[in-house]
Amino acid sequence: MTESLLGNIIQKVKNGERISASEALTLYNEADLFTLGRLANDIRWRKHPEPFVSYVVDRNINYSNVCACGCKFCAFYRPPGHPEGYVLTKEELAQKIKETIALGGTQILLQGGHNPDLNLAFYEDMLSFIKTEFPSIHIHAFSPPEIVYFSELEGISISETIARLIQAGLDSIPGGGAEILVDEVRSKISPRKCSAEKWLKVMEEAHKLGLRTTATMMFGHIENKKHRIQHLISLRELQDKTGGFTAFIPWTFQPRNTKIPRKFPEMSIEYLRLLAISRIVLDNFDNLQASWVTMGPHVAQIALSFGANDFGSTMIEENVVAAAGVSFRMSLNEIKRIIKAAGFIPRQRTMAYEWVD
Amino acid sequence: MKNSTDRRLETIKEKVDQGIRLDREDGLALFECDDLLTLGELAHKVRTRLHEDRTYYVLNRHINYSNICINGCAFCAFGKPKNDPMAFELTADDIAKKLAEPSASSIKEIHIVGGCHPDLPLSYYEELVKTARNIHPDCTIKAYTAVEIAHMAKVENISVEEVLKRLKAVGLDMLPGGGAEIFAEHVRSKLCPKKLDSKGWLNVTKCAHNMGIKTNATMLFGHLESYEDRVDHLLSLRNLQDETGGFVCFIPLPFQSKKSPMNHIPGPTGIDILKTIAVSRLILDNIPHIKAYWIMLTVKLAQVALHFGADDFDGTVIEEKIGHMAGAESEEALTREELSYIIQTAGFKPIERNGFFEPISN
Repeated sequence: MTESLLGNIIQKVKNGERISASEALTLYNEADLFTLGRLANDIRWRKHPEPFVSYVVDRNINYSNVCACGCKFCAFYRPPGHPEGYVLTKEELAQKIKETIALGGTQILLQGGHNPDLNLAFYEDMLSFIKTEFPSIHIHAFSPPEIVYFSELEGISISETIARLIQAGLDSIPGGGAEILVDEVRSKISPRKCSAEKWLKVMEEAHKLGLRTTATMMFGHIENKKHRIQHLISLRELQDKTGGFTAFIPWTFQPRNTKIPRKFPEMSIEYLRLLAISRIVLDNFDNLQASWVTMGPHVAQIALSFGANDFGSTMIEENVVAAAGVSFRMSLNEIKRIIKAAGFIPRQRTMAYEWVD
Repeated sequence: MKNSTDRRLETIKEKVDQGIRLDREDGLALFECDDLLTLGELAHKVRTRLHEDRTYYVLNRHINYSNICINGCAFCAFGKPKNDPMAFELTADDIAKKLAEPSASSIKEIHIVGGCHPDLPLSYYEELVKTARNIHPDCTIKAYTAVEIAHMAKVENISVEEVLKRLKAVGLDMLPGGGAEIFAEHVRSKLCPKKLDSKGWLNVTKCAHNMGIKTNATMLFGHLESYEDRVDHLLSLRNLQDETGGFVCFIPLPFQSKKSPMNHIPGPTGIDILKTIAVSRLILDNIPHIKAYWIMLTVKLAQVALHFGADDFDGTVIEEKIGHMAGAESEEALTREELSYIIQTAGFKPIERNGFFEPISN
């Protein structure tokens, strides 16, 4: 009986029909690796009939590591008042952006934490400084939890906070801080971070104001498979409403140096399965990104056969995952070589998934 | 073009389903095939037929007794001339210490390899085996590649058979499969011109098998060789196995480029590695086991390889020099707990084994 149920779900996916949360869970639990991979790969080719794999040249700049949030999975932050806390100066920022542009970079990903000593005017000033000095650079900045924190600190609405940041130069918002969009999980791993509803609200407001954003998922900590599917369904529902998400980016939680007592991270097989089910469920997302930073170049290349069509960023600088003890590095040439060796054509894109050439 | 490849693949699928041996053309078609998932599924079918959901691992320790080597192979970052500041040579006492460390207390296999040392006598190699045997009487002692065995015979001016007889008498159980590299002489002449040639490698191995000494076999790929060279390598092994039945496990080794003297060649990518493992499983119908050697693959790719034809995850290793000196980015060692976790989360049942792949009952 389950077999025919599974068979029906597989047929639905093949027909290009949408599957429900419970169907997704059955498929995720019961289909073998090759079935999931093939379904996801077919969708990938349907959505992107040309053999391109995109990448973006950018740099992750963490303007500050000071954060009052204290999430259990995070190895990067320092609490306010900690001697290792920092806020980058404008000179340091400018230097990093200069280097990025020199390396052919088109954007910066700018993120920090919940810093109680910085007000909205600080961020507005930071953004307009960057836009004045480097008018061509795309600023992909903050994350929904930071936006929520800014708005609460300032006592204004989320929408007004985003509008003011756009005014100052914000171009798009990365999908970080989504973790798992289920409050039952969030209350345990990141009790002081914004709720799932708030996270989605920030994205909805941002999309309404004309910003494009990405969405992420950090999995493999305390959540179960049902939570993962719920996360995907929440994203799919919002995307139906706004169409503002450009891409989905799942990655595995890295337990080293964190307060979550999990011994080993989720491995590559589970990563490929999750990637494939994401490609299947998120039928209204155009792009799916492979995470070479956590999986390494070999498995990231294999991910291109499991639904991923994007190789993400060259990551001229990356601090957050490195703080958790994972440190895969790749040069642009290496990224291109790996994409080509998989039979695709590497192509540089902007954050909005437009071709650079 | 595409259609003829598809038809070819259909024929291969039918052969695999019926258990019919694949030929050279089939092997080439599999390497040329760009449908990674179909290739994986096919290899997985064969692997499942042979081993169901079992995946093997071993608590083992590697011992690299010396890196002094007269061969100077072009790809190797491990071997050094005798007067090199990085050259080392362990005594039997050094090795005794390593094998008596707590980390080696429950090992079931000792893997001993080095280089072609210009003047160590056979008695040295006998001493190492004796030492290992004394400390770990129940371990499989898997020592010295066919290349080292041929070299010992030359230095000692005795036959290969005599060398093997003397080593066996002091406790040698098996030979590891190293030094095979790629059998094609036109590649070998560039890669490792001074090394024992392919005929010699196969002869030493055959001699060992005939004396009841089991061995493994390797193939170093992703450097200068072609798909034809890879298929021919696999076929040479299959032919010898038909004759002797002495091979236990085949180990495909992706060339490690980063710190190799040949680092102008980048080394194979993930897809090529999985493909090679899958094709090996499909061609080598008479070799029971295929290893996902995590040292060379990285742990994450090696886990995926378990669905692409591999049924063995090697083991704890503890200390590894050859791959890591060439820039391998894998861990130095794994624990039993990690090995079980990796195998289980890939959907398989971990089976602890010794060097002969006999299950260890705990």
